[in-house]
Amino acid sequence: MIRINDLSKEYKTKNGLVMGVDRVNLTISEGEVFGIVGYSGAGKSSLLRCINLLERPTSGQIEVNGLDLTKLKGEELRKARLKIGMIFQHFHLISQKTVAENIAFALRAASTPREKMTSRVVELLEMVGLTDKKDVFPAQLSGGQKQRVGIARALANNPSLLLCDEATSALDPNTTLSILRLLKKINRELNITIVLITHEMNVVKEICDRMAVMQDGRVVEEGSVYEIFSNPKAELTKEFISSVLSFEVPQTILDKVTGSIVKVMFKGDVAGEGVISDMVQHFEVRGNFLHGSIEYIQEVPLGLFLMEIQGHPDNIKRAITYMEGRGAQVEVIQNGH
Amino acid sequence: MGIDIQHVIELRPDILKAFGETMYMIGISLTVAIVIGLPLGIVLFITDRGLFLENRIIKGILGFIVNMVRSIPFIILLVALIPLTKLLVDSTIGPAAASVSLSVAATPFFARIVETSLREIDKGVIEAAVAVGATPWMIIKDVLLPESKSSIVQGVTMTIISLVAYSAMAGVVGGGGIGDLAIRFGYYRYDNTIMVVTVVILIVLVQIIQQLGDWTSKALDKR
Repeated sequence: MIRINDLSKEYKTKNGLVMGVDRVNLTISEGEVFGIVGYSGAGKSSLLRCINLLERPTSGQIEVNGLDLTKLKGEELRKARLKIGMIFQHFHLISQKTVAENIAFALRAASTPREKMTSRVVELLEMVGLTDKKDVFPAQLSGGQKQRVGIARALANNPSLLLCDEATSALDPNTTLSILRLLKKINRELNITIVLITHEMNVVKEICDRMAVMQDGRVVEEGSVYEIFSNPKAELTKEFISSVLSFEVPQTILDKVTGSIVKVMFKGDVAGEGVISDMVQHFEVRGNFLHGSIEYIQEVPLGLFLMEIQGHPDNIKRAITYMEGRGAQVEVIQNGH
Repeated sequence: MGIDIQHVIELRPDILKAFGETMYMIGISLTVAIVIGLPLGIVLFITDRGLFLENRIIKGILGFIVNMVRSIPFIILLVALIPLTKLLVDSTIGPAAASVSLSVAATPFFARIVETSLREIDKGVIEAAVAVGATPWMIIKDVLLPESKSSIVQGVTMTIISLVAYSAMAGVVGGGGIGDLAIRFGYYRYDNTIMVVTVVILIVLVQIIQQLGDWTSKALDKR
């Protein structure tokens, strides 16, 4: 378990002190995939780098598995870092060493006996699917392959925690997906806690259990990914959600709409129950979809639809009440005219 | 101005001796520059702000000494170091004596080159090594040196070529060498033949060193 306690990090700049991280409190459970989201400059990277003391926090504590890392220095800190893996946006592999040597470097940091080293390198390469690239130099690898080497290096000493610093931001969408799947597999099979920072909501949607949204060094919202996606509270969170669940309907279409426009959200199994078709049957209204999608967050469906309901205003009201009764959240955007 | 072949043949032993002296002086001072300058350059780098052995006091003191030695004109250094030379080689003239001053001049020069080469390394790679839990020694041996070796070889090339130029001044303390020959015969005695021959030798020497350096540097780089 990771406990971040009242953590602050100040930076001296030309314009005086800047709070990179401002009194952040977070608890991340063992085996969880935790996402920290924010625009660049929000402090998410500083926060992540404080977790393994790449940056020393100005105040506050970082507790990883009961050990307060902020109290450690030198050799003790180095030993603690062996159990915290980290991967980076730009991979940061040693360019003059082969894939196997890059991984062996991490093993040597933990004083792994020579005879165990070779077999462990092979094992790690198998895990990340790069067995055939053992003796190749990083320059000959694609971005996705480099990140796989980064992952193998990070996992070399069986860490309990893996920190991901924008690990997929430099990769194309397909590669991103394959890296995210690998991370999920690692999380499940090895029970490694993952903390990742990203500005891409798709990443969070794909693999995170819980998330926090950061702005100006502070955590503005925190909770389960599903809860936040279905019911974002902070303005910034809503903005981020709309990047993946956007409902932009062209104005020319909206102008033609005569009925009421409602936004309907179905959470979980309700999404598959045919609530809308029932509604249209039971009440004398006509439904017309303007926009909609069902997103699967951690395999739980989240349905969001923008629709026009035509009919007598009373019927529309009753229809809305009916949908709400069946577990949908309905928001009237525009009343019919 | 004509080239008198007969004259060149006549002075062949002198030219060969001078060439040997140049090689001797460069060899000694380069060895000293690498043996002391390389660790010095590494220390200058890793004690810098934000690096894994940040230490303002050490960085400040070493930086000051390096700058001080580098700011002294070589001719003055050559004379100023006479007592030290006497102590080390028990003589103040000859190539061995000149090598002392050359070493003192080349060491801080090379140290700064090493420091600059290390600065070119992507900071992220060093940070990744810190994050992995590597010891400072591992980072130096397996990250800093491999990542900068190609650039450091270029630095060695630069140092050798500077030494070729500096060694020409070694004549002041009777150090000898090709450059000294050029000055003594060509400059003082208006012996054009010897001046041209020695200058050509120097040009060819520098070209060969540069070529070898470039080639080695490229061969070492795995990027």
